Amino acid sequence: MTKLLLHGGRLVDPASGHDGTADVLVADGRVAEVGPGLDGTGAEVVDCGGLVVCPGLVDLHVHLREPGREDAETIETGSRAAALGGYTAVCPMPNTDPVADNAGVVEMVAARGREVGLVDVFPVGAVTLGQRGSELAELGAMARSAARVDCFSDDGRPIREARLLRLALEYARAFDAVIADHAEDASLTDGAQMHEGEVSAMLGLAGWPAAAEEMVVARDLLLAELTGGRLHLCHVSTAGAVELVRAARARGVRVTAEAAPHHFSLTDEAARSYDPVFKVNPPLREKADVEAVRQGLADGTLDAIATDHAPHAREDKEVEWATAPPGMLGLETALAVTVTDLVEGGYLDLATAVERITAGPARCRRVPGHGGPVAPGAPANLAVFDPAATWTVDRAGLASRARNTPFHGRELRGRVVHTLLRGDFTVRDGRATR
Amino acid sequence: MDKHLLSAADLTAADITRVLDTAAHLAKVTDRAIKKVPTLRGRTVCNLFFEDSTRTRISFELAAKRLSADVINFSAKGSSVSKGESLKDTAITLEAMGVDAIVIRHGASGAPWRLAEWVEAVVVNAGDGTHEHPTQALLDLYTMRQRFPGFDGLKVAIVGDVLHSRVARSNVLALTTMGAEVTLVAPPTLLPARVETWGTAVSYDLDAVLPKQDVVMMLRVQLERQRAGFFPSLREYARLYGLDARRLDAMADHAIVMHPGPMNRGVEIAAEVADSLERSVIADQVANGISVRMALLYLLLGGPEVTA
Repeated sequence: MTKLLLHGGRLVDPASGHDGTADVLVADGRVAEVGPGLDGTGAEVVDCGGLVVCPGLVDLHVHLREPGREDAETIETGSRAAALGGYTAVCPMPNTDPVADNAGVVEMVAARGREVGLVDVFPVGAVTLGQRGSELAELGAMARSAARVDCFSDDGRPIREARLLRLALEYARAFDAVIADHAEDASLTDGAQMHEGEVSAMLGLAGWPAAAEEMVVARDLLLAELTGGRLHLCHVSTAGAVELVRAARARGVRVTAEAAPHHFSLTDEAARSYDPVFKVNPPLREKADVEAVRQGLADGTLDAIATDHAPHAREDKEVEWATAPPGMLGLETALAVTVTDLVEGGYLDLATAVERITAGPARCRRVPGHGGPVAPGAPANLAVFDPAATWTVDRAGLASRARNTPFHGRELRGRVVHTLLRGDFTVRDGRATR
Repeated sequence: MDKHLLSAADLTAADITRVLDTAAHLAKVTDRAIKKVPTLRGRTVCNLFFEDSTRTRISFELAAKRLSADVINFSAKGSSVSKGESLKDTAITLEAMGVDAIVIRHGASGAPWRLAEWVEAVVVNAGDGTHEHPTQALLDLYTMRQRFPGFDGLKVAIVGDVLHSRVARSNVLALTTMGAEVTLVAPPTLLPARVETWGTAVSYDLDAVLPKQDVVMMLRVQLERQRAGFFPSLREYARLYGLDARRLDAMADHAIVMHPGPMNRGVEIAAEVADSLERSVIADQVANGISVRMALLYLLLGGPEVTA
């Protein structure tokens, strides 16, 4: 029996409410014991003094590009990037080629994830066939498949027709599944290149107004209310959208919501360089929006930090702004951006920040064995990080196959030291073990 | 001045004055029987045009040739670009061929910024998407300075599709830098977001604005904007924002009419206004474009100081 003792760390386990020094004894891939001063006899002792021990991170929103764009990312490279970011569970979006709109593709993605074995991969299925927004995909087949999909999204595009979203929210109730919407009114964003505001006007780039997100968020919330279905809002990026979610939650609508690190750390000012590494959808917004997203994460209006990790091949981003596809990397920097801009920035205490990136996302959909609690019998899916360590992001050193990080050159605080998946080190001393 | 000319925002008042003064000296070359000086002999200027713009390309070509530079014209049509070569590869190719300056016209806003990252050569923005056209602004200022003693307090109305106009953006930047008082006149649908931060006045009413102006600059309105619903019809646009003979009469006696071309006669400008010998300086703008572009190439490629 292999035993491992994580000794002397600060255990932050939001699901149990624990925040304090505690040892974690891992045996045969599971948590065996949690508490102060555990006996390490027969166990390999890992010194965690000065480090935070928490549940492995959970990312509700990634693009792993497999199948179809293995030149940008694969399930293997994306899994490694995730592990290095402290993640033990990721949810890849279905906008692959072919689209994950049937049991075959979601099972292939899940199986490939298991084969790689660096993180648990919980695929998101498409809501509509081919994500074309015209007819429902076989949600039941995906839910009942080996991949056991309980979250569906047409992410990358919105579900345009209110009637279709209504039906999806209703139909998904049969499987207690979540519909995750990318809120964007496409008629207002036709040709849009960046957030509409002072900067877009000066740069001569067609604008993506905040209202295009907010009106769809409002519609989605009303339909969630109408149907009693489970709605999840992807990458909430505007102050108005945060406020709409806050009001809906107050009246009891079943909704969860996520925010991406780039939306609480960067603004549309970054577009002035015309470097498409800063092009993303929804776009980088204004200071007041960044502030509102931070507040939304602080007060729990937004449940989860999700990266929207979107790798793109180098040649696809080394072009004119308007030609480049939207999207930026996130897995390897999310925790550090969270620590730097939310914790050090004074918006969330460390325990709350950890909640938003572990237990919070685990509440939004089923990710069994992830998000805590770190309690005897639970799979030992854990992250250990140094909240005080500073490091400088270097895109050349990323494990992701792509290089499109908007944080290149930025000094961040908070560094992942170890990641354990079922008691196995996937990352040890900051390096991927395989 | 910066190494490149990408945006009118990068030019200080002193830079602009220097360009205009240099252009005035070089204009004399154009008046000679042999319209050529040897200043840029042995230097190579590439006109890299991804959009058709015969007038701008010819203007740059003449400017470079009158300075004795070698000129190559690289047009996206019929080149490897149409076979899918990226801007970056085109840049690397031109760099390898040793060009000293690249004059780029591109349909994507910001393309000159990308290019400038990839080449050592001097980059001149000859119009990028719906963003900027700084040499047009400089030739417009040159033309204004021929008619008015200075820019301080000069009243300039820019009328039309400001939202999509690179000419408007660069002119607003250069004119406000020089102390002119700019008024933007357009239907609200053709004004950019947060235009109130631009440091100009804004009006939807051309008739109210016209009598107070020294300069009235009409912008080209494109038919596709009507199809996209920015305004109901060209007829209504012309009625509300077109410069016709009646409106010309409402202007101050000394006021001039400008247009960057090409014009839509009968839409934003009536033929009799465009051809008005007393008011229209549209032909001067074209002529001045060559002198101003000569000045820019001269200054950016490090020609010797011009003395009076």
